[in-house]
Amino acid sequence: MAQQTILQKLEILADAAKYDASCASSGTAKKNSLGSSKGIGSTEGMGICHAYAPDGRCISLLKLLLTNHCIFDCHYCVNRKSSNTPRARFTPQEVVDLTLNFYRRNYIEGLFLSSGIIKTSNHTMEQMVEVARILREEHDFRGYIHLKTIPEADPQLVHQAGLYADRVSINVELPTDSGLTRLAPDKDARQIEGAMKGVKSSIVEATDARKRFKHAPRFAPAGQSTQMIVGADAATDADIVGKASRLYDGYSLRRVYYSAFSPIPDASAVLPLKRPPLIREHRLYQSDWLMRFYGYKAGEVMQATGADGNLPLDIDPKLAWALKFRGEFPLDVNRAPKDRLLRVPGLGVKAVNQILVARRYKTLRLEDVGKLTVSIAKVRPFICTPDWRPTQLTDRADLRALLAPKEEQLELFAA
Amino acid sequence: MTAMANDLTQGAYYSIEMPAPDDFAFWREQARRLVQCGVPPDKVAWVEPGGSGDLFSQSQLGGGGANLPDPPQNASQPRASKRFLQLAGNAALHSDPDRFALLYRLLWRLQSQPRTLDDKTDADVRKLLDLDKAVRRDSHKMHAFVRFRLIEDDMPREAAVQDEVEHYVAWFEPDHHILRANAGFFMRRFANMKWSILTPRGTLHWDGETMHEGPPAERSDAPEGDPVEDLWRSYYANIFNPARLKVGAMMSEMPKKYWKNLPEASLIPELIAGAQSRESTMVAAGALEFEERPQTLPAIDQAIHGCAKCPIGQLENRAVMGEGPDQAENFSGLMIVGEQPGDQEDLGGRPFIGPAGQLLDVHLQKAGIDRATAYVTNAVKHFKYVQRGKRRIHQSPGAKEIDTCRWWLEAEREVVKPKLVLAMGASAARSMLGRTVSITRARGEAVTLDDGSELWITAHPSYLLRLDGDARMKQAALFDADLAAVAERLRELANA
Repeated sequence: MAQQTILQKLEILADAAKYDASCASSGTAKKNSLGSSKGIGSTEGMGICHAYAPDGRCISLLKLLLTNHCIFDCHYCVNRKSSNTPRARFTPQEVVDLTLNFYRRNYIEGLFLSSGIIKTSNHTMEQMVEVARILREEHDFRGYIHLKTIPEADPQLVHQAGLYADRVSINVELPTDSGLTRLAPDKDARQIEGAMKGVKSSIVEATDARKRFKHAPRFAPAGQSTQMIVGADAATDADIVGKASRLYDGYSLRRVYYSAFSPIPDASAVLPLKRPPLIREHRLYQSDWLMRFYGYKAGEVMQATGADGNLPLDIDPKLAWALKFRGEFPLDVNRAPKDRLLRVPGLGVKAVNQILVARRYKTLRLEDVGKLTVSIAKVRPFICTPDWRPTQLTDRADLRALLAPKEEQLELFAA
Repeated sequence: MTAMANDLTQGAYYSIEMPAPDDFAFWREQARRLVQCGVPPDKVAWVEPGGSGDLFSQSQLGGGGANLPDPPQNASQPRASKRFLQLAGNAALHSDPDRFALLYRLLWRLQSQPRTLDDKTDADVRKLLDLDKAVRRDSHKMHAFVRFRLIEDDMPREAAVQDEVEHYVAWFEPDHHILRANAGFFMRRFANMKWSILTPRGTLHWDGETMHEGPPAERSDAPEGDPVEDLWRSYYANIFNPARLKVGAMMSEMPKKYWKNLPEASLIPELIAGAQSRESTMVAAGALEFEERPQTLPAIDQAIHGCAKCPIGQLENRAVMGEGPDQAENFSGLMIVGEQPGDQEDLGGRPFIGPAGQLLDVHLQKAGIDRATAYVTNAVKHFKYVQRGKRRIHQSPGAKEIDTCRWWLEAEREVVKPKLVLAMGASAARSMLGRTVSITRARGEAVTLDDGSELWITAHPSYLLRLDGDARMKQAALFDADLAAVAERLRELANA
């Protein structure tokens, strides 16, 4: 076969990375290259999306696979051994050159590197660490690096990855162990969680060390994350939320990403042929938000699911919860404590904070609340103010219908 | 109060001419004096460079507050919180011509009502927050959407270090006066590069050590194209997943006004238009868009004869259906799965009638299993071969072919409902488990399948046929042991 050009490899290996949900580049240690003789790059806490693809997802990092050759045979994965997908393989130096060329033109915030498993897990991990090493040590690169680590690799290599990278991630892939056994026969849930545990303790140790020694090496300052595939097996939203919550608690994960299973070329026969509705993924992110910022317990999010264990698709999980627990409402905007106000559908964290500040100086009327929210109509049934009382609104049987968004004709090309 | 100060507050209008549209320090200086002189907001007009003054204003032109009286000796310092200064400094960069007046009005109000900013329902406060937000968004978009292009000087490569000849130039069109305020971001990020950012509101030039500001530029001053853009466009096109089209989400974050300066944006219409067909191609390439699974054995039999989902189905052969007892009560609950029909099975249209089948019969008999009570079938329904002269030489099916055919085997299993499945050989085991297993390691132990039935794995009888002497004796013994274990387990299941 003729040698592939960089362009051809990039086509194959970017295409193979498109199923990965994460592209975040935020929340890491601040770094910049001002005053260094040959350094390049900066991270300033907030991530920057340099472009958006027509799938609505942001492009912040150069997301690539080092290679899509793989000795594993996971059914949901387009790169599995038995797939007929075209294969390519970058050398570490080629990935470094691409990253720097893109970075210098301000196309990206850094690199997100993943890989199929070639030869052995250790060999693959070594190659990925080598990319990060060249970037950091030879080019003094101070942009963002996210390395996907391989749970089967030697913990020493995973540790090395964390010393170079801003963030490391280890995919749990599927929310249930039985799903993993069925769809990813070469993977082992215990090994995956073991690797997460190792990363967690390295992060804790490094944070401790930095408190005592200013120059202690940083370890994955942007923490660790993981990804779960949604809709490839029969796991319900309740299963997924439960798993995510256990992962957040157990391994101090910074983020859990949900990736709706999408039909992949050369799909395996054990997979569903249809993709799950994308809105399901969105509802899961909303529920994730409720747990991380709104003080909901996983069990409470599960209460919002329907009889089939899934979150409703037509309304968001917060509204679904409120409709199930109408007895908790209406809340007096001028008196209710913060954690209760956060339960009002339509009131975000920012709005609640603004209400708390404003009510120190005045008694809020409905109109005042309206100024702080996107849509007062959504909020109204759940609150009361001196000039507003929803009387029987929360008891209405058709409240859900009143609040659920109307069916809309989707625009193909909204400008 | 002096007579003059009184006069000031009574009738006079003042016009303050800003030296630069983003000179917040100047505004701050003037505003402080105005407050100290007691000039209320409705008596002041703020004029941007090149803008016209207020018709009613009295003292304008010729240098900002030149005609403003000096504040009284005993005037106290105006009060403003850190938060206000922070918001005001940012909002001052907005292109709204009324921004300085708004800032002065708020500063004026803060003197008597220091808590004004806390009331987020107040119209002026909301306006301030909106301006601040718009400027922050514009800055953020500048950080994101500046696209440098490389200009290489004509100097030969050997003559200088690469870094010294490379000059990166970008063209950007900000909505607000944010250029100077954001110089630091690009300096911190691209410290060791030589770069310029050209905008219609001014230019920045960094040589690796110092920053120079220049006059406004035009688009034609910036270079066209860069060799790396092809790579970037290719990345952009390939990282997009056509199965997840969400145009609205993209448009809200990357509005069309930015597109003309983004090299990748020219691909967008094409990517959107092609998404649906790309998605269906992705699904079709999987070639697994099967209809409803047939529910009876005769229906499966009929369907597999029309199956051409993999290359084997397209050879000159015919599908061979599994077969089992004609009465349900004669079924022992055992399903035997082989690899694929061979030459004789293909000709005869029945499974396990060739040499391997005959050998299997011998061993089954030895183990006390009546083949007539078992359902016998294959992992792959068609005979895979290569033609050598008149002979058709057996070829093992590939993983992809086994996975494709699994659909049919599962359909058979659904109808037959075996209690125990005996998979013979690696292909059969893969078909049942979806992964390649080592026979040596997997044999002799049951695996519980999703539906609760048991899977036992052993070698394929054709493997025995290929061996001679001691090796054959040894393998035959192992095979017998496996069959004996299965027979024993079948008896247990029957009695359970």
